[in-house]
Amino acid sequence: MRSDRNNAAPLGLKIAAGAGLAFLHLPILLIFLYAFTTEEKSYQFPPPGYTLQWFAVTWNRPDVWAAMGLSVRVAAISTAIALVLGTLCAAAVSQTKFFGRETISLLVILPIALPGIITGIALRSAFSFAEIPFSFWTIVLGHATFCVVVVYNNAVARFRRVSGSLIEASMDLGADGFQTFRYIILPNIGTALLAGGMLAFALSFDEVIVTTFTAGQQSTLPIWMLEELVRPRQRPVTNVVAMVVVLLTFLPILGAYYLTRDGDQVAGGGK
Amino acid sequence: MTIAADTSILARRENTSGRLSDFFWRNPKILLLLMLTPPLLWLGVIYLGSLFALLLQSFFSIDDFSGLINYEFTLATYRQLLIPSNFDIILRTVVMAVLVTLASAVIAFPIAYYAARYARGKWKVIFYLGVMLPLWSSYLVKVYAWKLILAKEGIVTWALAKLNLLWVLDAWLSLPVVGGTSLSISYTGTFIVFIYVWMPFMILPIQAALERVPGNLIEASADLGGHPAQTFRYVLFPLALPGIIAGSIFTFSLTLGDYIIPQIIGSSRLFIGQAVYAQQGTAGNIPLAAAFTVVPIVIMGLYLWMAKRQGAFDAL
Repeated sequence: MRSDRNNAAPLGLKIAAGAGLAFLHLPILLIFLYAFTTEEKSYQFPPPGYTLQWFAVTWNRPDVWAAMGLSVRVAAISTAIALVLGTLCAAAVSQTKFFGRETISLLVILPIALPGIITGIALRSAFSFAEIPFSFWTIVLGHATFCVVVVYNNAVARFRRVSGSLIEASMDLGADGFQTFRYIILPNIGTALLAGGMLAFALSFDEVIVTTFTAGQQSTLPIWMLEELVRPRQRPVTNVVAMVVVLLTFLPILGAYYLTRDGDQVAGGGK
Repeated sequence: MTIAADTSILARRENTSGRLSDFFWRNPKILLLLMLTPPLLWLGVIYLGSLFALLLQSFFSIDDFSGLINYEFTLATYRQLLIPSNFDIILRTVVMAVLVTLASAVIAFPIAYYAARYARGKWKVIFYLGVMLPLWSSYLVKVYAWKLILAKEGIVTWALAKLNLLWVLDAWLSLPVVGGTSLSISYTGTFIVFIYVWMPFMILPIQAALERVPGNLIEASADLGGHPAQTFRYVLFPLALPGIIAGSIFTFSLTLGDYIIPQIIGSSRLFIGQAVYAQQGTAGNIPLAAAFTVVPIVIMGLYLWMAKRQGAFDAL
């Protein structure tokens, strides 16, 4: 029995919360504005005029397409690897109790808990020590390592909610382990895996810190952007790319939210 | 038990997958081993292996004349961390990480508190996505947005000029340490961008901690004569503290290791991440770079140990 739910928030709190959210969103909106500016040489505000020509210019840029293609391929393969490794780990940790279980959780989280630069330089020095030349696969190696944790977190949370009696019932009814996995476990954890996969994809698509150490001369989209940030050469094209990247990363985040929202409502609904 | 297993009620399955399934059912340890081997090989061998190899190199030193690595155990590289120019880098980074963490907590708290206590239904979703979208959107795009904002010809200068407040900006920029020739090449700029990029990581843990505070606890405090400030100080803040600490793990660690933000928006004075990058790249001094990476690892180790004692992991 709580009566507090009808209380209105104090005005000061409303303003502080609203200002905080505005602080988070206005800079991103500004990117959208700059994609249409006619100004080429500076970041002048307000823009002197508006044009759509930079979209056409960007569309015809082979280097942007090449970087985008590499990023998508890296993200797809890393996500696939992370899905397999993360699900296996989550299944093992949540279905059984064994010695060293906590250590495995820590091991999975470590690549994302330690600053990215440490992962990056560690992999790079290992590559140079083992004389592995930089390639598509060295990028994937780095990305998959920190994507595992995203899939793992989503899968562990879902495994906790899949009731053990369902699995036992399936076994009692004569299904073997593989059938139980295929018809009982997989449908139950499917959306969590999809959500985890989408977030892993977004994470990999956007990653730059580890990638600078493992890419060599190859250019993913974030590396292309980083070069533009350090030495701006084509500001209008960068503006357009930045806007497209924002829109592209919104899709998997919204998708992941809709796939897992029921779980979130249960866990944090403040019932 | 073995007898019961041998004389099971059901007949043994005949096809291969059935037999395999029965085998795993009887030997769960083997199934566990099979499930854990791929992730452990990947994370334990590739990731931890490279990490330890890197840490090992911090105990080697570099020969000043040939520039080659001298593979003998020494603490000389760690001593180099203490020379003033290197120690300044560490100090600067830690101070920045502390300030960013404190400021993030202050900005994040009202958002988290409103979302946890007052937002319902549609607004709850708006707040959740309102935090998740900036949190997950592209890191470089966020940094780029601030390059646009803080540029001399950008929106901040424009807005202040319209308000006839340009003198405030000029006065701030003429201050020592925090000032500079423009916002985008000053510590102030670096500080703002760090807050912007890492603050969303603070909101969700605080919100999770506040969700667990019953509303009638706040009312009880008020009924007993607690002023809102006292309620905050003695009821709300202690209960939110594990969430704040959990969030600060992210803001602190991410600030410690970042080398892109200070490179793009900031003065030319280095942070730890930049020092690591420069030492392993242009300078080719892997041992010193490795020793530099040990600093955030040790600091984060201490920090996590402290956070664990405060019960912060329950709020994650």
